[in-house]
Amino acid sequence: MLIKPRNHLTLGENDVTPESIYLSRRKFLGGVAGLGLAASLPRAAWAGPDYDDVAKAKGPEWFEAKLGDTRWNAITAEDKITPSDDATHYNNFYEFGSDKSDPARRAGQLKTVPWSVTVDGEVGKPGQYALEDLITPSRFEERIYRLRCVEAWSMVIPWLGIPLAEVIKRAEPTGKAKYVYFETLEDPKQMPGQASRFGLIDWPYREGLRLDEAMHPLAFLAVGMYGRVLPNQNGAPLRLVVPWKYGFKSIKSIVRISLVESQPKTSWNMLAPNEYGFYANVNPEVDHPRWSQATERRLPNSLFSPNVIDTQMFNGYAEEVASLYQGMDLRKHY
Amino acid sequence: MAAQPRHIFAWRLLVFAAALTPIGWWSYHVAVGAAGPEPGRYLLLNLGQGALVLLLCTLSLTPLTKLTRWKGFSVIRRQLGLWTFSYASLHLLSYLLFILGLNWTALGEDLQKRPYIIVGALALLILLALAVTSNRYAMRKLGKRWKSLHKWVYAALCLVLLHFLWVVRADLAEWSGYAAVGLGLMLLRLPAVAQRLPRFGGRPKRARA
Ligand code: HEM
Repeated sequence: MLIKPRNHLTLGENDVTPESIYLSRRKFLGGVAGLGLAASLPRAAWAGPDYDDVAKAKGPEWFEAKLGDTRWNAITAEDKITPSDDATHYNNFYEFGSDKSDPARRAGQLKTVPWSVTVDGEVGKPGQYALEDLITPSRFEERIYRLRCVEAWSMVIPWLGIPLAEVIKRAEPTGKAKYVYFETLEDPKQMPGQASRFGLIDWPYREGLRLDEAMHPLAFLAVGMYGRVLPNQNGAPLRLVVPWKYGFKSIKSIVRISLVESQPKTSWNMLAPNEYGFYANVNPEVDHPRWSQATERRLPNSLFSPNVIDTQMFNGYAEEVASLYQGMDLRKHY
Repeated sequence: MAAQPRHIFAWRLLVFAAALTPIGWWSYHVAVGAAGPEPGRYLLLNLGQGALVLLLCTLSLTPLTKLTRWKGFSVIRRQLGLWTFSYASLHLLSYLLFILGLNWTALGEDLQKRPYIIVGALALLILLALAVTSNRYAMRKLGKRWKSLHKWVYAALCLVLLHFLWVVRADLAEWSGYAAVGLGLMLLRLPAVAQRLPRFGGRPKRARA
């Protein structure tokens, strides 16, 4: 199934935009595109930083070579972008420890070059692909998405990558393919959290999507953020970003993408099925047993203003994705 | 209160300062922006763990006194108990202020719906009861019942460990450490074990119950 991107979501920019120009244009574009996405928010709320604070990092050659041809601001949000320092130092990435500051401290030793991804299952072109071969046929896009964690906090992050649908199409799914299954690297030597004897997750970390969800134009494979290559703690070198689902669906450091016939097992669902469903769509009406999902804390916040805002259905992407779930009882399929 | 020897007073003051230090340290981190993007949660979690550590320290004082027969451990028992209660109260306050944004309805809902919050609140209620009866007046008034009332501290410990267990996401390493210490301290209070304790600390001059 193929869904055409909606116009108000995607701003076409066919010519190459040098970085300096895009940065000065950012404010303008953010305002325009935001109209469709989050019309309820005041326009003045968008005061996008120009990523001044971003720690520079050089990606692999193929990555740097593709940057110039990026469609910057392909999708924007009216929300204010989270400072990159916060987005890169407050992470749930249990492979590196259970404290939110662990990934930034302990992910340094993860070796992301070379990286290969196994594509298998119900596909016409299975194989083990070098990351660059998987990515380079598509053009880079920048997408500013809200990220809503199941723990009731959220951030707004400019990702860099390609639509997941393009990778799946290139693999040529067979008629039997109904779901897409993903796996994170399992290597306790590089990922100290996996070596913990008290860990509850059955490694490797696993996630999955229904094929039509995966083919949705908003489903994204990121290789960078804030205009640079992905930092290790954010899921380098390849991660999923599904903005209408809770953050744990957006699996990091992917080494396997399989097309499968039946609904795959997913890590958090295996651990606590009453708390984490397969779908995990952001839904303010269905509480997690341990905390309410009606509101969220938009980070960074401060002691004086916890920045509690109402959580939106499908994280504010209802107009784009609600049709995927027509006729489904979202209380049952949480 | 009878005048106390100067070195005891200094010791108490030292303990007071030591118990206050973490709060100063965390506040400093928040003030200079080193507490991450969610400083309220940083305080919440640290105060919660601080309260648990203080509770375990408080409970270790009786066995320590028995082992070493140093009076210094028993003279700070009430103080540490009150610190435990203070940290736990500040923990609740952080939740209310920084997580719920003073939304009392949300707190009411949590208190009805969420087992981990209910259990935490029960623990806090016990600590409150112990705090208000920790003075000499209450001790005199309650007489024998004081001791049985204050045994509830072990129920509070179990509830807090359960509260903590229920907020663990994916790794039990930290929790297991606390639970092991807590279990050890409870074992030490079993009569069969407790009676043997003084023997390890040297020859008892007088039998102690
Ligand atoms: C009404 C009473 C209480 C409330 C509302 C409350 C609330 C909370 C909340 C919201 C969390 C964080 C959950 C999360 O990770 O998302 C937490 C964690 C915790 N609380 Fe409480 N709590 C209460 C009582 C207590 C008491 C009495 C103690 C100890 C004496 C305590 C010790 C802890 C500990 C040790 C943690 C775990 C901290 C960590 O994960 O590092 N709590 N509590």
